[in-house]
Amino acid sequence: MATYKVKIWRQSGPNANGHMERHIVKGIDGDMSFLEMLDHLNEDLEEQGKEPVAFDHDCREGICGACSLVINGQAHGPETTTTCQLHMRSFEEHNVSEIDIEPFRATAFPIIKDCVVDRSGFDRVIQSGGFVSVNTGNAPDANANAIPKPEADTAFDAAACIGCGACVAACKNASAMLFVSAKVSHLAHLPQGDAERRERVHSMVNTMDKEGFGSCTNYGECEAACPKSISTDNIATLNREFIRSKVGPTT
Amino acid sequence: MSSNSSNSVPCGMTTVGAKMLVALTGMALILFVIAHMLGNLQVFLPGDELNQYAHKLKSMGPLLWVARIGLLSVFVCHVGLTIALTRRNAKARGALSSNEIQIRATGERYVNGYSYETATTASRFMIHTGIVIFLFVIYHLLHFTISPDHPPVAGDELIDVKAMVIEGFSHSIVAGVYIIAQLALAAHIYHGAASALQTLGLRTDSTKPGVSKAGILLAAIIGIGNISIPICVLTDIIS
Ligand code: HEM
Ligand code: SF4
Ligand code: FES
Repeated sequence: MATYKVKIWRQSGPNANGHMERHIVKGIDGDMSFLEMLDHLNEDLEEQGKEPVAFDHDCREGICGACSLVINGQAHGPETTTTCQLHMRSFEEHNVSEIDIEPFRATAFPIIKDCVVDRSGFDRVIQSGGFVSVNTGNAPDANANAIPKPEADTAFDAAACIGCGACVAACKNASAMLFVSAKVSHLAHLPQGDAERRERVHSMVNTMDKEGFGSCTNYGECEAACPKSISTDNIATLNREFIRSKVGPTT
Repeated sequence: MSSNSSNSVPCGMTTVGAKMLVALTGMALILFVIAHMLGNLQVFLPGDELNQYAHKLKSMGPLLWVARIGLLSVFVCHVGLTIALTRRNAKARGALSSNEIQIRATGERYVNGYSYETATTASRFMIHTGIVIFLFVIYHLLHFTISPDHPPVAGDELIDVKAMVIEGFSHSIVAGVYIIAQLALAAHIYHGAASALQTLGLRTDSTKPGVSKAGILLAAIIGIGNISIPICVLTDIIS
């Protein structure tokens, strides 16, 4: 059982001023997840009649992309995983007893309360191009389209993005390029994506710009922060898709 | 957050399109810097090859002006777009909404800074090395192109560029300014060369190893090549 000195961002509403609040969290087991540690903190706060800390979470199994914290200066903390899949032993093993917790910060991710940010900008990027046209009627056979294995693998790796926004949080420019490129690359590698291929990259890049995300300067910090190890190779793919849509063949 | 006109890219470009122009102009500048360096390295040749070369350039007439205007437009385009993008990125990053906390370093938005895992220092300070290069270019033009205070060699109109270079770099402060500027240029190119290839989508599975070497290789060649001149003047290897 370990005790942690936690400093966590408190902000009562979108336009309020925020500050780091200090807490001592006791009785934390190495097998507890990071969010369970925060649950523990919130139970203490509620017992004392204080307002619990607001933070985002949903599946708690690393697949939904809801959890989102910058922990000791790293999006999703020190491991390559989501905040919900981070365990307290990661801190215990390295004798880290002070933990700073902040929200994912970006102008395009306005803070709603405490550590909860509004990531609906990502939804609007998806709405603008993350779809394919299909024939209506019976569902086609899953294997109706022959896709070479390497292409399928590349598409699958890109599709692993859970839209958490850690890439934006880690980027000095608050750029969403890793996220957007994962979406563009996923569909660019599949025949199903062909119909909207040209439009997709434009709509998604335009929406990304409109939402106020920054531009990519190829720092590569996004890749290190990504819980799903989405590669910046996808950004090169997006750039190629962008050029192709301007000067390439129309079909 | 919806769009906000003060946060847009010049000429209605997307950030991706603008960045591609930055990459193209950056690559053109790298080619220029290499050609410029090769020309200057003639200072190491025993005779007056450097003076002949300078004379040849100067007697290109209108062509010289075409080249100068072309280079200037490339430079202005690169600087203008990078400043616009850098400012836009600072807005995208946002400021901390707090009246109690002082951010430790400018350009940070986390209370204790972000712990960078992979971003290189060169990549994080492109605008800073860029500004050093910009100021240096102005100084350099004033120093050697606009007011070459060395008189022409008696008898013909050949300017003794070699003597001018040696005279200039024999002042250690002048040589120091040149060396610092060249270090900034090398750092800029170290990130810039590889970054430009990525921006133009030229980094693929097969080109990847080459791309990561391009930055270090070009930075080393340009850095060492250019810095060798003031160093060799200071140490009397060229005199
Ligand atoms: C001879 C001089 C220069 C050379 C060879 C050069 C080269 C480059 C290259 C190759 C890139 C990479 C483009 C990319 O990532 O796609 C770059 C980026 C950049 N350059 Fe330069 N540059 C020069 C001068 C300048 C100057 C004077 C500035 C001053 C403001 C500047 C500011 C920047 C910035 C801020 C970036 C990063 C832009 C971004 O990623 O958004 N550069 N440069
Ligand atoms: S690319 Fe990675 S870090 Fe970015 S949203 Fe997708 S899963 Fe999260
Ligand atoms: S809560 Fe779903 S990924 Fe963390």
